[in-house]
Amino acid sequence: MRISTFFYTLQQGVRNIFRNKLFSLASIATITSCLFLFGMFYAIVINLQHIVKTAEEGVSVTVFFNEGVTAERIEEIGKAIEGRNGVSRVEFISADQAWEEFKTDYLGEEYADGFTENPLANSMHYEVYLSDVSLQSDLVTYIQSIPEVRKINRSEITASTLTGVNSLIGYISVGIIVVLFAVSIFLISNTVTIGISVRKNEIEIMKYIGATDFFVRCPFVIEGILIGAIGAAIPLVIIYFIYNTAITYITGRFSVLSELLKFLPVEVIYQDLVPITMAIGVGIGFIGSFITVRRHLRV
Amino acid sequence: MPVTKKKKRKLAIGDDEVIVLDNVCKSYESGAPALNGVSLRIKRGEFVFIIGGSGSGKSTLIKLLLRELVPTSGSINVLGYDLTRIRHGRIPQFRRKLGIVFQDFRLLPDRNVYENVAFAQRIVQRPRREIRKNVPAILSQVGLAGKYKSKIKRLSGGEQQRVAIARALINRPDILLADEPTGNLDPKNSEEIMALLQKVNEAGTTVLVVTHNGEIVNKMKKRVVALNKGVIISDEEEGEYVNAD
Repeated sequence: MRISTFFYTLQQGVRNIFRNKLFSLASIATITSCLFLFGMFYAIVINLQHIVKTAEEGVSVTVFFNEGVTAERIEEIGKAIEGRNGVSRVEFISADQAWEEFKTDYLGEEYADGFTENPLANSMHYEVYLSDVSLQSDLVTYIQSIPEVRKINRSEITASTLTGVNSLIGYISVGIIVVLFAVSIFLISNTVTIGISVRKNEIEIMKYIGATDFFVRCPFVIEGILIGAIGAAIPLVIIYFIYNTAITYITGRFSVLSELLKFLPVEVIYQDLVPITMAIGVGIGFIGSFITVRRHLRV
Repeated sequence: MPVTKKKKRKLAIGDDEVIVLDNVCKSYESGAPALNGVSLRIKRGEFVFIIGGSGSGKSTLIKLLLRELVPTSGSINVLGYDLTRIRHGRIPQFRRKLGIVFQDFRLLPDRNVYENVAFAQRIVQRPRREIRKNVPAILSQVGLAGKYKSKIKRLSGGEQQRVAIARALINRPDILLADEPTGNLDPKNSEEIMALLQKVNEAGTTVLVVTHNGEIVNKMKKRVVALNKGVIISDEEEGEYVNAD
């Protein structure tokens, strides 16, 4: 292919967008609305997952030991627990630390002074944090099998609720993605059908004159890719502003829940959302234009 | 017993023949065959009218010559290309040797006169310098030198057909196929267009005109091939329009 032909097809691709203003606008609007819904949904899901994950990271299992267990054995048990699947970290709380925490949290210095000895002498323990709360019951069963373990404290309700919320988010995500895809395919195929009727004549003329399939297809594909890229860039800009505004509003309005509602910054979300959205937009534009032209190449 | 493949009879083509149809039949899924046993030989530099009423098979013949359709049986050879066997990828190369003019002009309405003509050169990847030289030259040949910037929609029917002829001629085709070139024109414009085609033919291009304009056919005194219901009913040098309807 000559360089001048390459630039000519590129130029024609750009010009086609302006030549068929209505069709271009309809295509961009279709892709924009589909990707806007996708982007909004993505941002919401990612934040929900983040909130649940943060909550999960706070869920711990407390492991107490029998009297007289040696420090070496306790360390050994700690290492064994740490090596288990789903355990993110294990913290050892000595009897003194436990008493200090208790004093600070519940008694205050004036009442604590009445105790000459550590009343929690036997309460050294491990706080075991999980990366996946759904594995909590497996972990508890394992810890219970260790003879030196006296008692285990855990919150079954919190764990099961978080696991439930996680799966619910998963199901809703799949459901909404399926619906969004169905709607997108319907809208895009309609737009492509309009595109076919607009372009049929033009493609036929090119073919009669002796244009190769590649020469006919190239400007259309370039046009499709550009429309897809514009259709993807617009919702990304819109979502950027909506997201920031919404977060500022929610965190300001519901400051009481600030500990629970920990939103991800837009930059973090956009690390994945930008390439995904651009790839979908460009992909839709490419495939749409490719199919549109292919139907008329057999002239 | 060994299976012998039936060998296809090779079509005999004379040195000066550019179009050869041998016993060509074309049937569509419904109805009678559009062409039935058509044999035709056209020599380089000839001017031939194909005439016939509606349903005579004229349009099917043009589509077969453009390799838009494939015959149900028989052979077609145009400029050395066997159109019954040509690969899809070689069709563009073949079509570049033909110039095509349609009744409805088939121009790109959103481009100007220059761009419509230059388009045919871009397809064959002519350098930009050459295009800038060739387009004004061909436009002046068809009498549109001053209108190269005009939008297609602003031109009269006759002018649009001139643009179509310029586009068909710019790549110096061996054959010019014109499908009802005067069908949408008034008598004055029709005469002008036919005079232009006559000039093209005199310059050495083979011209094939499909028409039902009897007046023009009778005036030009060229070879006339008449079709009726898919069959050639007459083929005469300096023929006259035959109304077979």
